[in-house]
Amino acid sequence: MPHPVEAPVVVDGLTKTFKVPVREAGLGQSLRSLFNREFKNVEAVNEISFTLDPAEIVGFLGPNGAGKTTTIKMLTGLLYPTGGEARVLGYQPWRREKELLRRIALVMGQRNNLAWDLPAVDSFELNKAIYGVPTKEFEERKTAYIDVLDVGDIVTKPVRNLSLGERMKMEIVASLLHGPEVLFLDEPTIGLDVTMQRRLRQFILDYNADTGATVLLTSHYMADVSAMVSRVIIIDHGSILYDGPLSRLSERFSAHKMIRVEATDLPDDLARYGRVIERSPARVSIEVRRDEVSAVAGHLLEVATVTDLAIEETPLEDVIDRVFTGKDHDPTTS
Amino acid sequence: MRIGFQREIQYRTRAFLMLFGFMVEPIIYLAVWTSVAEAQGGQIAGLASGTLAAYYIVWTLVRVFNLAFAPDAWEWRIRRGRMNEFLSQPIHPFHRDFTMFAGGKFVFTLLWIPVAFFLTVLFDPVFEWAVINVVGFVLAIWGGFAVRFVMLYLLGMINFWTTRGSAVFGIFIASELILSGRLVPLELMPDWVESLAAWLPFKWTFQFPIDTLIGRLDPAEIVTGIGMQALWAVGVGVIFALVWKRAIRRYGAVGN
Repeated sequence: MPHPVEAPVVVDGLTKTFKVPVREAGLGQSLRSLFNREFKNVEAVNEISFTLDPAEIVGFLGPNGAGKTTTIKMLTGLLYPTGGEARVLGYQPWRREKELLRRIALVMGQRNNLAWDLPAVDSFELNKAIYGVPTKEFEERKTAYIDVLDVGDIVTKPVRNLSLGERMKMEIVASLLHGPEVLFLDEPTIGLDVTMQRRLRQFILDYNADTGATVLLTSHYMADVSAMVSRVIIIDHGSILYDGPLSRLSERFSAHKMIRVEATDLPDDLARYGRVIERSPARVSIEVRRDEVSAVAGHLLEVATVTDLAIEETPLEDVIDRVFTGKDHDPTTS
Repeated sequence: MRIGFQREIQYRTRAFLMLFGFMVEPIIYLAVWTSVAEAQGGQIAGLASGTLAAYYIVWTLVRVFNLAFAPDAWEWRIRRGRMNEFLSQPIHPFHRDFTMFAGGKFVFTLLWIPVAFFLTVLFDPVFEWAVINVVGFVLAIWGGFAVRFVMLYLLGMINFWTTRGSAVFGIFIASELILSGRLVPLELMPDWVESLAAWLPFKWTFQFPIDTLIGRLDPAEIVTGIGMQALWAVGVGVIFALVWKRAIRRYGAVGN
């Protein structure tokens, strides 16, 4: 009987509570806090559980302060949890065993991990020594990544002279040279232009396809999410609100769909069909309840001379916003 | 270590200016103490002006050699979230920092040669050395660096409990100035300071390597001194290892 492949990341009831000092504004309160300092417990992550399968790319989404980065920091051994359990490649990450650290990578957007004053190639060499990468593998990967990202002419420039996009490419290359099996990407495309975002996304997708690495990605750019992941975990106030296929997210959290129509003689009372989002003489976008989409589309085709009609899911950004705000949740789905 | 070397090479002008800046402090001490020595018939507390000149010329090399990772840099590292980078790699930050600083020493030593030449022409030092002094000095200067590095690294751990640990560094520097032979050779200090210094690690990081090279120590004293350096480095290193385990649990991973 084949041995089942162990999930590379297993999280069970993971909790992190920070004790933070609090005080009211003002000099009096400031003096008072000298003698009587008050603290508040902030639950950054509250008993979350999930599993990542081999070669899976999962989007880990949430608003600022939701607990995403805290979770990633616990899974990469930077933070000790307050409670719960986690295993990454079979290791308890906060024990920070070298065997684990050699097999994972953490990339944080806009965070420079390269030697600032030296060309990136020197940092690559440093990582080779730190991670103990055999020379042959190192050279093969380095050549391939430099080629794919088209950075041959900038690897020899001091990092301080690189643009943000160029630096981010170098960060990614440096993070992948040791061939990590689990990749934690915390907003890797933040601050990059659209072309650069697309290029990095493709690079990570190729890495995942070539190596079978598992990827946990946080991003506020829905373009990253829709292009890279098939499954999302949504976290807010430290708790998981949704864990499932990206395709089912709209179905579950948006009770509406968008009907876009181009027509010549549209009726005036379009509001009776739903919320009119956009209207011009020949074009209209209406947000319509999911269960009324067919009827509304049929009616519009009857009453107007329609040249084009499209039925679309609500944009991902709006769906995510609705998950966080709790608006528009269809209680009949779960 | 190679990256540390390359980093200092990259900024060789900065390294040279730093070295040049370090000359100001010993030149002031030299000017003061050689004047005092000459006013007292050429000697002060048994130290001739030529010996004092040799002391402060070697001082410049020892000073740049025992530059170590300062506790306030830990504060910066923690407050800016830069610790994440170090903790996510399969290498202890101590190993990484120690080798990085050690690599830079080779560049500083190269740049020190013209500085030493200039000071030698200016102050006419007197060295009384044998091969044992030179060999002992090579070990002692690295030993001094190791002791000072591990002490400052341990001190840096305070920043895991409070992110305002700079004040303690100030106390360390003041103590070092008086108890290490950095300000003046310990023979010129009151007896109680000299006695106290014998029980503390500071003199093994400054005066001991200097005295070794200028020929003021016999072979037995050199071996004893290196032994003391090893004891302090290992002793403080063990304390650091224990504190590190607790410190890392407290790490809040602030910033990104």
